[in-house]
Amino acid sequence: MDYTILVGGAAGQGIDTVVHLLERTIKRHGYYIFTYKNFMSMVRGGHNFMQVRFSDKPLTSYSSKLDMIFALNEETIMLHRDRLKPEGIVILDNEIAKAEEFNHLPLTQIAKELNNQKVYPTVGFGALVNYFGLSLDIAEEVIDHVLGTKISDINKQALHKGYNMLERKYNLEKKEDKHILINGNQALALGAIAAGCKYYCGYPMTPSSSVMTYMSTKANEMGIVVDQIEDEVGALNMALGASYAGVRAMTGSSGGGFALMTEALSLAGITEIPIVVFNAQRPGPATGLATRTEQADLRFMIHAGHGEFPRMVIALRSPDDAFYQTARAFNLAEKYQIPVLLMTEEYLTDYSMTIEPFDFGRITIDRYLATEDDVADERYKRYKFTESGISPRLIPGKVPGKVVLVDSHEHNEYGNIEENAENRTKMMDKRMKKLEALMKEDIQEPWFIGVDNPENLIVCWGATYGAVKETVDRLNNEGHSFGALIYGDIWPFPTKTINKLGRIANNIIDIEQNATGQLESLINEKTSTKCSHRILKYDGRPFNADEIVERIICQIEL
Amino acid sequence: MSCEYKVYDPSWCPGCGNFMIRTALKQALEELNIEPHNAVIVSGIGQAAKIPHYIGANGFNGLHGRALPPAIGAKLSNKNLTVIVQSGDGDTYGEGGNHFIHTIRRNVDIAHFVHDNQIYGLTKGQGSPTTAKGQKTTLQFDGVKLEPVKPVALSLTMGAGFVARGFSGDIPHLVKLMKEAITYKGYAHLDIFQPCVVWNKVNTFKWYKEHTYYLPDDYDYTNYDEAYKKALEWDDGIPLGILYKVEKETYEDSFDFIKNGPPLVDATLDPMDAENLMKDFY
Repeated sequence: MDYTILVGGAAGQGIDTVVHLLERTIKRHGYYIFTYKNFMSMVRGGHNFMQVRFSDKPLTSYSSKLDMIFALNEETIMLHRDRLKPEGIVILDNEIAKAEEFNHLPLTQIAKELNNQKVYPTVGFGALVNYFGLSLDIAEEVIDHVLGTKISDINKQALHKGYNMLERKYNLEKKEDKHILINGNQALALGAIAAGCKYYCGYPMTPSSSVMTYMSTKANEMGIVVDQIEDEVGALNMALGASYAGVRAMTGSSGGGFALMTEALSLAGITEIPIVVFNAQRPGPATGLATRTEQADLRFMIHAGHGEFPRMVIALRSPDDAFYQTARAFNLAEKYQIPVLLMTEEYLTDYSMTIEPFDFGRITIDRYLATEDDVADERYKRYKFTESGISPRLIPGKVPGKVVLVDSHEHNEYGNIEENAENRTKMMDKRMKKLEALMKEDIQEPWFIGVDNPENLIVCWGATYGAVKETVDRLNNEGHSFGALIYGDIWPFPTKTINKLGRIANNIIDIEQNATGQLESLINEKTSTKCSHRILKYDGRPFNADEIVERIICQIEL
Repeated sequence: MSCEYKVYDPSWCPGCGNFMIRTALKQALEELNIEPHNAVIVSGIGQAAKIPHYIGANGFNGLHGRALPPAIGAKLSNKNLTVIVQSGDGDTYGEGGNHFIHTIRRNVDIAHFVHDNQIYGLTKGQGSPTTAKGQKTTLQFDGVKLEPVKPVALSLTMGAGFVARGFSGDIPHLVKLMKEAITYKGYAHLDIFQPCVVWNKVNTFKWYKEHTYYLPDDYDYTNYDEAYKKALEWDDGIPLGILYKVEKETYEDSFDFIKNGPPLVDATLDPMDAENLMKDFY
């Protein structure tokens, strides 16, 4: 079973509600869910749609073909009809379009009878509950969970009223539900909270804002300061102050907001204050397409901030990955006293997917702080020259008699301004030396999926993972020889696996969502491998497997 | 534990008002018995902002205009630290203007000493936000064409609970003001006039002596309207002293777990504490 329902309409019509109810109800019957969300940049009007895909097999992507369109307005039908499978159906309120092949349901009429216009999407949800043979009990539980108790009664009435509007078509068997259903931003925020992040400051910017919103809802419960600061320039500076004082801090934004943080990133580099910063990418340049997706900030994240200093960049590949990598980022930031930059993208921030519950027991909190015994010098040297380049790090106020001085100028071991030429060279070498240990001890090679020693090797990064996985599985099932490398740790750039597999593969296909092939440029710069083909997409929409397969077949003799 | 603060040789010009301000700062901190490891001086960039290098407290010498955000981050993270922000007029009222305005809105318990020499010193003599209109500078050869910022009127308008003016030329008076600002529970704005002997030939030591006066002992600094009038006085004499001081709730006290709990930096960190949050996603 592999079924996709598209719910579409104007912003403000209730698409969100229907989708949340549907996805969670089906999920609680033990099915795998992948919900793709597509928004315009407006609060009311325009056209938004979401696609709930469910299956008895694991899903990592959305489908380009639809089995059902639940239209909250007529425009939805016009826009998506050509993606509807021949046997697909259209459901809509009988006050919208009048074509005979659609299933007209008296949704608004029922809502009027209940004296609450807003519940008409739930009436439709009720119809679908019966259509798929889902449990009414579970549907009611989900209404409570998603909508909260204040409005759940009226919505349950709507559910029951809608229940008999469609004939039952399927009997979805209820299986054991072991998963959680979560989106990329929620997972990122949870990872930060699990890692002991107690300070989040930021400025609202789509699609990063929901991280701050989530943290804000948990702030009092978890003892976290969530500060909506006046601008992004202040945000990273503030987070650095918190980290300097010994609290794990994070900030994040999207392209333009991250751009405002670049001077402070440079500050993080020279002061060696540990910090985690995320960029939820969206199409640029400048304001670009605020609610859409792209992967065009890779080079930006690698090089942002004037001057030269060590950093790590991690691209998040799925909600699961987002949780564990964010928690890991805090440990690595403190181990190497560097900024660790996380890259997510609108597609991942918004799509929800069923995954294994997070194993919080796997998360460790490793602070790498110095103790009084580590700092024998009479006057503490915050930037002491060491073998590894990492200096023992004290927190201000923790050791009587010792003060901690951090400085944005080039400085000596004590942190004092120092212009001496020899010191400058030594300090720069000290900082850059940290990359050696990072490469050796902690950088992870990309994920590999597919057949061993594949003839065709896909290279990609971040959230293209989902569509590429489905692509590789499909092509290998058809008898081809495909593998894929999906980069998570992307700076410093791991080269072992790609060089090994690159020697064997006939075709090396770069797949990414930008116009200039930024991953390919990294591969060219850092490895002995060269890509033979590239599949680029930069229309603001995410890849799906159907599109990738089609473009591969066009470009390559398989 | 000794409260004596070490001092280090500064790179300021002989006669610079910064020397006096540092002397006053050292004295204020020592008289208040604040141990050096519990004090943090946060600064931006400028001659004034070099002060963390010249006095032996914890120091965060950050970016131009960006001293206030990390100071807030540090204070929220460890409420037991005495956090003092020190930077110049350009750093505070120009580059850092947005943070100045919004920090006042928060009312974090920090003391903000602005070394106001009404010129840019480090970058050699350009007009600053507080340079007088018409004054010729190393960049504004026809004279500054803009009206100056009115710092203490601005902070009063924004609702600061402690607003004061000092002068580097009167160290005992400055020490008193600094101690008041540091012990004040909330954001304390202390604008300190100082001569820049190399770049500002107008606002000299003599000029300040002649153009300022001390608020009388019976001045009521809880009166907002009076304070506002005083804040706008300029041509007929500039008042020195505490213009305004009232109690206000601090930002950090609005967080229950900070007000009634240990400093944030001392919170126990355990990933398992967050496991319960997963229930929303089942």
